[in-house]
Amino acid sequence: MATVLDAGEIGRALKRIAHEIVEHNHGLENVVLLGIPTRGAFLGTRIANFLGEIAGPVPVGTIDITLHRDDLRLRPPRPLLPTNIPTSGIEGKDVVLVDDVLFSGRTIRAALDALGEIGRPRSVQLAVLVDRGHRELPIRADYVGKNIPTSALETVRVHLSEIDNEDSVEIMAGA
Amino acid sequence: MDRHLLSINDLSASEAIQILNTASELSKISDGPMKKLPTLRGRTVVNLFFEDSTRTRISFESAAKRLSADVINFSAKGSSVSKGESLKDTAQTLQAMGADAVVIRHGASGAAQRLADSGWISASVINAGDGTHEHPTQALLDAYTIRSRFPDLRSNFNGLKVAIVGDILHSRVARSNVLLLTKLGAKVTIVAPPTLIPVGITDWDVDVSYDFDSAIKNVDVVMMLRVQSERMADSFFPSEREYSRGYGLDIARLNSLKDSTIVMHPGPMNRGLEISAESADSHKSVVLAQVSNGVLVRMAVLYQLLGGAAFSGEVSA
Repeated sequence: MATVLDAGEIGRALKRIAHEIVEHNHGLENVVLLGIPTRGAFLGTRIANFLGEIAGPVPVGTIDITLHRDDLRLRPPRPLLPTNIPTSGIEGKDVVLVDDVLFSGRTIRAALDALGEIGRPRSVQLAVLVDRGHRELPIRADYVGKNIPTSALETVRVHLSEIDNEDSVEIMAGA
Repeated sequence: MDRHLLSINDLSASEAIQILNTASELSKISDGPMKKLPTLRGRTVVNLFFEDSTRTRISFESAAKRLSADVINFSAKGSSVSKGESLKDTAQTLQAMGADAVVIRHGASGAAQRLADSGWISASVINAGDGTHEHPTQALLDAYTIRSRFPDLRSNFNGLKVAIVGDILHSRVARSNVLLLTKLGAKVTIVAPPTLIPVGITDWDVDVSYDFDSAIKNVDVVMMLRVQSERMADSFFPSEREYSRGYGLDIARLNSLKDSTIVMHPGPMNRGLEISAESADSHKSVVLAQVSNGVLVRMAVLYQLLGGAAFSGEVSA
């Protein structure tokens, strides 16, 4: 087990992502942040707080992707997680999806489908804390906290103080 | 959760709350223009109805369709084959058609259990009303409706006072509601004339009252039941008018309720008999909310039963 990001590094990475979001979108007028539960939702709130310090308030919500997963039949039924779309909606907005780890890309594919059920954003961007490679779909992130080369057998664990009592990212050897 | 939903007794309190929570999340997703969710694509749900029904069948059908399942409606009305035989033949047909879930309504108590235990089919069985026994999804949608009107209730119904009024004897809705509400911690009072109270009532964890007027002071929920004339071979009360006077929710009784109290009815309503038109249409009435919540709760049940890996059921010939 190796720690690849500590609390300070996670904070700085999220702050940099916040700056990049402002830069890329020339402000925040049309931006909506949507975190993917569980940990992406906390990261979305944290980035929104940084954005609030840098450039002003931004609508932030969560979007659950469970019902759109393509691996539902491989496991027992999963509980649904909260979906909270900001009152401004997503129609015509620049939506930034936020997740903790980008791996196969299947979660993001499901998130794009879930977004399609709700409306038609002008653009969809993706922010992740960790990109660990091994994509199975043609999906890439617009904002990356840290690229971490991994073996497909390794596991990346993101701990966030909101539920895990500490901020850290670890790599564990494969089973 | 078990592979079937035959009785409220199949669920623990936490599993029941889990279904209500799933329905709440589904309600947030389906706010606004509801499109189909792909979750049950390729699964087949059969509605096997041996008894008349409008809202339950339509509710299950639209729940399954919103989750992209294929729906087959099988109305067995008019079948004259003896019950055990026909149920077996039908079940084997459904098995051959590849049903993943069978939603069954039958006039005989225990029909759903029989189908589930028979080994004739590998599908999940959902009881949509069996005789005078149980109607679990109705109780779940009633609990969901109650919870949406009393936001303080989250993971239990402690402190909630509910009066269930009317034809308890013939009501599968009452039985399922009593089981679920008491499981969740609510205090339930049964109100009915003595002739419409089942003999085994002492086994239920409820209070019994014959006096409607005093029983509904201070309750949070008044749940009216339909007088099931079609199941009444004998006369259980002298006249409809007398029943209505003693146990009908008229405007005077409606006005005696607390401001926050809600009035429920599983439908179809006999207006003028167990509930007056003013009461049915008043702002206290949540009858229409019950109908729309029914779709959400049934989506949640279908998701819990079919949304994950398939059960590897053994099927005997």
